[in-house]
Amino acid sequence: MVALDAVKPTSRRKGGQRATLGLVRWRILRYVVLIVGAAIVVLPFAYMVGTALSPARWVMPYPPTIWPENATLDNFVRAITEAGLPRYALNSLIVAVVAVILTLVVSSLSAFAFARLEFPGKEIIFGFYLVTMMIPDLIALLPKFQVLRDFGLTDSWLGLWVIYVSNAVAFNTFLLRAFFSRIPKELEDATRMDGGGTWTFFLRVLIPLSKPALATIAVFAFLGSWDDFWWARLLLQDPELRTLPIGIQLYFNAHATQWTTVFAATTLAALPEIAIFVALQRYFVNGAYSGGIRG
Amino acid sequence: MAITLSSDTVSSDTVSPDIVSATLLVDPVARERRRRLQRRQVLTAAPFVLPGLLLVLLFVVWPLIKGLQMSLYDWNLPVPSRSEFVGLDNFLRAFTDPTFWVAARNTALYAIVTVPIQMILGLFLAVLLNGKLRGRTVFRALFYLPVVTSWLVVSFVFAFLFSDGAGPVNFALVDILHILPEPIPWLHETWPAQVPIMILGIWKGVGWNMVIFLAALQSIPNELHEAGVLDGANAWQRFRLITLPLLRPTFQFVSVVLIIGAFNVFLSVYLLTGGGPQGSTEVLLSYMYNQAFTNLDFGYGITVGLLLGGAVIGFGFLQRRITRGAVD
Repeated sequence: MVALDAVKPTSRRKGGQRATLGLVRWRILRYVVLIVGAAIVVLPFAYMVGTALSPARWVMPYPPTIWPENATLDNFVRAITEAGLPRYALNSLIVAVVAVILTLVVSSLSAFAFARLEFPGKEIIFGFYLVTMMIPDLIALLPKFQVLRDFGLTDSWLGLWVIYVSNAVAFNTFLLRAFFSRIPKELEDATRMDGGGTWTFFLRVLIPLSKPALATIAVFAFLGSWDDFWWARLLLQDPELRTLPIGIQLYFNAHATQWTTVFAATTLAALPEIAIFVALQRYFVNGAYSGGIRG
Repeated sequence: MAITLSSDTVSSDTVSPDIVSATLLVDPVARERRRRLQRRQVLTAAPFVLPGLLLVLLFVVWPLIKGLQMSLYDWNLPVPSRSEFVGLDNFLRAFTDPTFWVAARNTALYAIVTVPIQMILGLFLAVLLNGKLRGRTVFRALFYLPVVTSWLVVSFVFAFLFSDGAGPVNFALVDILHILPEPIPWLHETWPAQVPIMILGIWKGVGWNMVIFLAALQSIPNELHEAGVLDGANAWQRFRLITLPLLRPTFQFVSVVLIIGAFNVFLSVYLLTGGGPQGSTEVLLSYMYNQAFTNLDFGYGITVGLLLGGAVIGFGFLQRRITRGAVD
């Protein structure tokens, strides 16, 4: 409510003494609200990690405690050895890395055409991309599954990549096109003067200048793939191919009340996501506009 | 489409656009030159456009068309050629199927409850975090944490928090706050189950709203607030009369994204209640999935998905008309 005072602490006002007092009180209140809010947001994570650290012979403690008395890493060991986590994690990593590469290649090629080239039908195709952007992927879950069967792409990671990339093309084209368009025309002219063609400009000039935008896309492609549950679940019947979310869900189905091991597994699965987020925070702010559609 | 010349190509030919378009109509040489230019453009653009375009056509557009076709059949997934044509039966069935309407109601309710609450809380946090504040990055990161964590992980955590008997939420409400006389089996009853599903949606979404509103707040020039101060407006008046109207486009953007997102609620419901008891907590996507893979009625599942898709597209057009009306 009074937030705007804090924006301009030096704004002109009469009775500076009282204002300062009000400002101090406002600042304290603001911290109290923020800390309480942050505590509420973090509490579920605290329960998850706390339970994961609990001793093995575990029943829902009464009263529920967040931090266990004899904290142990046993559950993490069990999640790794019994639940087969390393294999699933490796699969998830391979799927995600390839998905990122393919998404970057296809999206940047596509965005370049719409940002810097002229060709017949350009506006129509772009308008068509904008329309498809609006339709959520999961609505067509079943017909897509049938189409992937028709193409023989079930039970392979290729099917996942095809889905991830095709879902991302329209939005990434839209996002990157805006970024590519802002690169000055003079750079393109200079490339041509040096005897370079379209590809030289694209690969040597435009791509290196677009790293922040490409990083944003890469981060979201990675997380989208890492998180994906439905496509991995529908397409991957072969246990050797299964990814982390599927592995965790199968383990949960088999040992529903073993919250300790389940949460050790989910903690391990969430760690890369959180690590990426902490390391690359600024790209998340750039890409937040696409984040809402995620999941 | 064919005759429109972009400014780029015209300037490279160094002829005025009027002359080009005039000669194009009559002069066969110019028409030939134009055709050659187009062919060159297509050849240059093809390697850039085609990979994406082919993927979109084959795996985004084609499934939608195929879905429309499949919805007219009692679809046989293992042997599609044995599918039986049933016309509009699947659609007619949806309108008389009580569980379909329960799922539609639950989906709409989820949108109606979670969207405004997320927006208000997100804006509230953005206002608190706007301006000079020690530890802002830390707060922002903490509030954003649920956004980056996968639905699978947080759904399990909420299933745990809201578990029967002595689950943490029951404990807090019964034994600490004494609000409830006895524990509620949150995940096993129709209306109580809406609570964890919705709280999860809100909790996971607030951080995203905060980031978007924060960016919007930071783009409002300070001079406007200074002018408000000079005019004697207090903080609340400045917020209501200066900030809120300027946030209007942000509200529009956020509400569209959130409502489409809410229509997509799926994994949390599937993992928390599985749609039960007796389908009373189904949302449209979980119902679609259960029809296809539990009830093995693929054609009907597709129909449910298409109806939801129609609702999303209808909503998109409606929203566009409303905002356009508001601008005019």
